[in-house]
Amino acid sequence: MRIELRDVTKAFGAHRVLDRVTLDITFDHTLALVGPSGGGKSTLLRLLAGLDVPDAGTITVDGRQLGQSESELRGYRREIGVVFQAYNLFPHLTAISNVLLPLVEVHGLGPVEARTRALAILERFRLSDHAGKQPAHLSGGQRQRVAIARALAIDPRFLLLDEPTSALDPEMTAEVLDVIAELRESGKPLVLVTHEMGFARHTADLVAFVAGGGIPSCRPAAEFFNDPGMPEARRFLAKILKY
Amino acid sequence: MEAFFERERSPAQQWARAVTIVVLAVLYSLGCWFVFSTTAGNWGLVWNYRMTFLSGWVLTITLAAAALVLSTLIGVIAAIARRSPFLPLRYSAVLYIETIRGLPLIVLVLAGFYGVASALRWNDRLTAGVFILSLFSGAYIAEIIRAGIESIAKSQWDSARAIGLTPLQTYRFVVFPQVLRQSLPPLAGQFSSIIKDSSLLSIIGITELTFSAQQVASATYSTLACYLPLGVCYLLLTIPVSLWTKWLESRVRYEN
Repeated sequence: MRIELRDVTKAFGAHRVLDRVTLDITFDHTLALVGPSGGGKSTLLRLLAGLDVPDAGTITVDGRQLGQSESELRGYRREIGVVFQAYNLFPHLTAISNVLLPLVEVHGLGPVEARTRALAILERFRLSDHAGKQPAHLSGGQRQRVAIARALAIDPRFLLLDEPTSALDPEMTAEVLDVIAELRESGKPLVLVTHEMGFARHTADLVAFVAGGGIPSCRPAAEFFNDPGMPEARRFLAKILKY
Repeated sequence: MEAFFERERSPAQQWARAVTIVVLAVLYSLGCWFVFSTTAGNWGLVWNYRMTFLSGWVLTITLAAAALVLSTLIGVIAAIARRSPFLPLRYSAVLYIETIRGLPLIVLVLAGFYGVASALRWNDRLTAGVFILSLFSGAYIAEIIRAGIESIAKSQWDSARAIGLTPLQTYRFVVFPQVLRQSLPPLAGQFSSIIKDSSLLSIIGITELTFSAQQVASATYSTLACYLPLGVCYLLLTIPVSLWTKWLESRVRYEN
């Protein structure tokens, strides 16, 4: 997967969350976005997901530049998978209906084919027993796994995950991280915003340090955790890995 | 005296409850007896007109049901238009909602029927009346629906966009099913309002319940014997709706 950012700027009011970010990276499996809160990680992920449009600059993913209009972006979003921190699922629909909705209404699959595919993916994530439950009756970890299943069911080009475990307790975090680690095997590229440094070190090919409206450091995971290459990132790691 | 107070930590005494109910029932009955005995209504005469009441009652139910359907449609469209990014549409919805909510229904009925409808040569009282009532109620329903839409979390809109739903699909598959569940209790309350408000259509000569009662009253010269059953007929409709509303409210509460 290749991501090229050219002078990407995004501001909310007077606050420039991303300030002329330029980056050109290629990776096989997983890119982890790490960094302090408010540093622009989630904003960058939303831009990559086509949910927001940069105020200035261009984003090119796998050689295709992202459009500006909502209809262009919608077409792009239909080809990719996104999982947010929490509340991804539609609470009035059962787990399987959540997976079916994009398959049937967005991708036009017939009812039988959609159902077969949804059941297969729930089975793969060991969620078959929960297919008929509403989100309120699922644990936080199960909900996130259904959300990942829904994103994956459409056979997306790649997956974007925005702190998928930050709202979970440690046990559930492990259960969701297991699933994400498993995705690596399936060959789908992943971009992951995370605070789980141990997980980033083990799973990511590349780690990008997003802070202060830019990406001051981006290098292979092993290298990054040995030497992030700049004092700011070093301080961040020291703080977060202290305990 | 403390026995008559119902507080969270110390519920009222059982006997206090009973005493309160009995005393109130006696006072209420005395009041009624006083009114009835002074204005001796001609109950037997009015009974002869029971079919007039019945047909009025049926027409009231029909009007209210038709207005409920139409005003829900108007309300949903106005609520969506109110949130539209397209300014002419948004401002039109604001204009409609605020104008209607600022006017008494009786003004709307008079101006709407004798002014607008007659200028349009729309002389069918029944359909014009239903339309005016729906226009009135639709503005309130628009606000109920809008509150429901605004209570949908941003993450739901984001998730809907992320899976590639169009705005229309988002409303249909994600927003409205959730809004409906939440807005059903206030919508049921609005239904009760429509039933009561439909009485004002009597002024443009629609033979609904109130109009029928007025007719019988002028035919029999007995007012109380007509207007008391009139009230009871409305209560027969509104109390079940009110109970239904309470049931819906409790159901929404337990789900959350």
